[in-house]
Amino acid sequence: MELSAILLQVLNGLDKGSAYALIALGLTLIFGTLGVVNFAHGALFMIGAFCAVSLQKILTISFTTIDESKTDFLGNPAQIHTPYVEKWFGEAVGATMIDWAVPLAILLAIPVMLLVGFAMERGLIKHFYKRPHADQILVTFGLAIVLQEIIKAYFGANQIPAPAPDALIGSFDFGVLLGFDPGTIIYPYWRIVYFLFAMVVVGAVFAFLKFTTFGMVVRAGMADRETVGLLGINIDKRFTIMFGIAAAVAGLAGVMYTPINSPNYHMGMDFLVISFVVVVVGGMGSLAGAVLAGFILGILESFASMREVIQLIPGINQVVIYLAAIVILLARPRGLLGRKGVMES
Amino acid sequence: MSSDKKPLNLSLTRRAVLKAGVATAAVGAAPMIIPSKAWGYANEPSGSTVTLGFNVPQSGAYADEGADELRAYELAVEHLNGEGDGGMMSTFSSKELKGNGILGRKVEYVTGDTQTKPDAARASARSMIEKDGAIMITGGSSSGVAVAVQALCQEAGVIFMAGLTHSNDTTGKDKKANGFRHFFNSYMSGAALAPILAANYGKDRRAYHLTADYNWGYTTEEAVRTSTEAMGWDTVAAVKTPLSQTDFSSYVAPVQASGADILVLNHYGANMVNSLTSAVEFGLRNAQSNGKNFEIVVPLYSRLMAKGAGENVKGIFGSTNWHWSLTDEGSKAFVKSFGTKYGFPPSQAAHTCYVQTLLYADACERAGTHDPCGVAAALEGFEFDGLGNGPTLYRAEDHQCFKDVLVVKGKENPSSDFDLLEIVEITPRDKVSYDASIFGGELGACNSG
Repeated sequence: MELSAILLQVLNGLDKGSAYALIALGLTLIFGTLGVVNFAHGALFMIGAFCAVSLQKILTISFTTIDESKTDFLGNPAQIHTPYVEKWFGEAVGATMIDWAVPLAILLAIPVMLLVGFAMERGLIKHFYKRPHADQILVTFGLAIVLQEIIKAYFGANQIPAPAPDALIGSFDFGVLLGFDPGTIIYPYWRIVYFLFAMVVVGAVFAFLKFTTFGMVVRAGMADRETVGLLGINIDKRFTIMFGIAAAVAGLAGVMYTPINSPNYHMGMDFLVISFVVVVVGGMGSLAGAVLAGFILGILESFASMREVIQLIPGINQVVIYLAAIVILLARPRGLLGRKGVMES
Repeated sequence: MSSDKKPLNLSLTRRAVLKAGVATAAVGAAPMIIPSKAWGYANEPSGSTVTLGFNVPQSGAYADEGADELRAYELAVEHLNGEGDGGMMSTFSSKELKGNGILGRKVEYVTGDTQTKPDAARASARSMIEKDGAIMITGGSSSGVAVAVQALCQEAGVIFMAGLTHSNDTTGKDKKANGFRHFFNSYMSGAALAPILAANYGKDRRAYHLTADYNWGYTTEEAVRTSTEAMGWDTVAAVKTPLSQTDFSSYVAPVQASGADILVLNHYGANMVNSLTSAVEFGLRNAQSNGKNFEIVVPLYSRLMAKGAGENVKGIFGSTNWHWSLTDEGSKAFVKSFGTKYGFPPSQAAHTCYVQTLLYADACERAGTHDPCGVAAALEGFEFDGLGNGPTLYRAEDHQCFKDVLVVKGKENPSSDFDLLEIVEITPRDKVSYDASIFGGELGACNSG
């Protein structure tokens, strides 16, 4: 196996790991603060992706003119659709706005996801805090199904393309940079952007928890909720805000993921199970563990997809994450960075 | 008061238990479907109506394709009952259909949701046969579903007119006497595509296959490999990808370094959209390899998939069963009828479902009965025209339709959301025909229930 092939799969694992890490980070935040096992978290990732789709649809709302010189598929005069943004801001600016719809959707996704998070927590999940984890899993799983069916009813079951801006389409040849042959280690620009974006979000969440008073109180609440409450601090309110932040993190991961995989209503479920494995492998309640496990499992999954590896162990690409989870949990029963006492009676 | 009844002996012997087990197994092995059978055959219509069962994916990943199939079925029922403009009935070479239903009985229908899962599809088909008295089952967007439902219809004694199913197995090793397929198959895709690929990309090419890890993927890979290798291409590698895979980057990334200069994506639906997106993302469409332009091929295209993949389909070759831009009278009549009713042109799935309904109704008329064995006999060896694919034969030996196959390419400058593919070549049916025995399987005997 060549070094360039190994480096290529490490790079591949980074963007996959970024998505796992961002979703698992949100899951861990919710579990660490509220003690809720949130099976609707994948749906939040999906809603974030559909924020990008929605903004793209909003920006392409068009007025119709009839072009008598052309015909449609039935032979009638063709309808020409021109986006309003091109009429209002000029053709060039309007086209650029549509082209940059996915990054612009971050601005839409943050308030939308915070609101969705608050509504979900206040409207439903808070009624299940004192219920067993099985009840929490059932209600959040049910909520995930309801959310994805709403998206399907409105947007359909097919995937909807939401491409990266033209300027970020294409790939970078790392091979040439590292002295390999051209074309041996190529990596798409957008995936580099996604990895850097994930690093910024993870850094921002950690900085928020580490360096702000709010974050300090939340961390104290995660460690000992009762004592913080006895000090007269309304920890519930802060935890609700943290739920909103966790939803926003998942949503942003979803927005930026749309050029990598055209979104459909089911994309949240595709990530959900793996994200839970990431949380458990990282250590229940450990934010750093979730991020670390996300990257490790992402890279392992990439290696297991290599032709040489599949030829050696057929089917390994389908089970590698779960095998790795078993090995890690046997060696470290609390996960990579798990703390004693979390989810333990 | 005395009784001469013997006391009930509840003690169980080993022999009794074995007998009970054998009896239970025998009951379990008997046909599980009990359609109503008043006289001669299953679900024989006795009143003024006849019921058809449309089994399409109404939920799951192929729900949009299923919705288009259902639109086509509703249109076909309208036309059979003499409503609307009649669509392809006016262009169909057989003139048995008069717009008065089937054999004078008004056509009614029930629908089921296959969920694109064989078990769910069998359950919904079974319900339509047993509870609703459906005399024919049709529809579906998956070969796994088609094979499962076809076997059930054989057992129940009703006709199965397959919807969108492309695996060789449906009319190959898994063929059944009660099942009929109008849609083309993997072999035909390979046979139609190979000459076009050789003409456009040359005969000295090295192909890398990514193949969906299930039945349809295997037959498609085999068909394309066989056809292209016969043209002189070399296959560098063939890698199976899990059906549940969403991000194909780790499968696509090593392709260019493998020495290949062609990537064949034996994927359908979401798999195809995602793998093609990854391949384009990794710059394969603009790459150079072995001193040639790197190329991507998608053996089976659908317009709904092309829409999901967006701009990524531009310039990429594939094959399709039918396309709304065909200019023969049958296609024009169907597109006008469908487009006027729904506001957009039909997909290939809609076309095959509409045609299958008309073919079934016509076979009933020609046979003079709804009896599945009579209908099957009328369909076997039936030659027809005017339904959008040119002269077509329903081959008696395997119940597969043989007709022209379209080779298409992603359009460079689409004028609308559905103007995504352009027809490059119409491959004549004799170039995609094959011996009925090559895929094995036995039709068996027709079952009337």
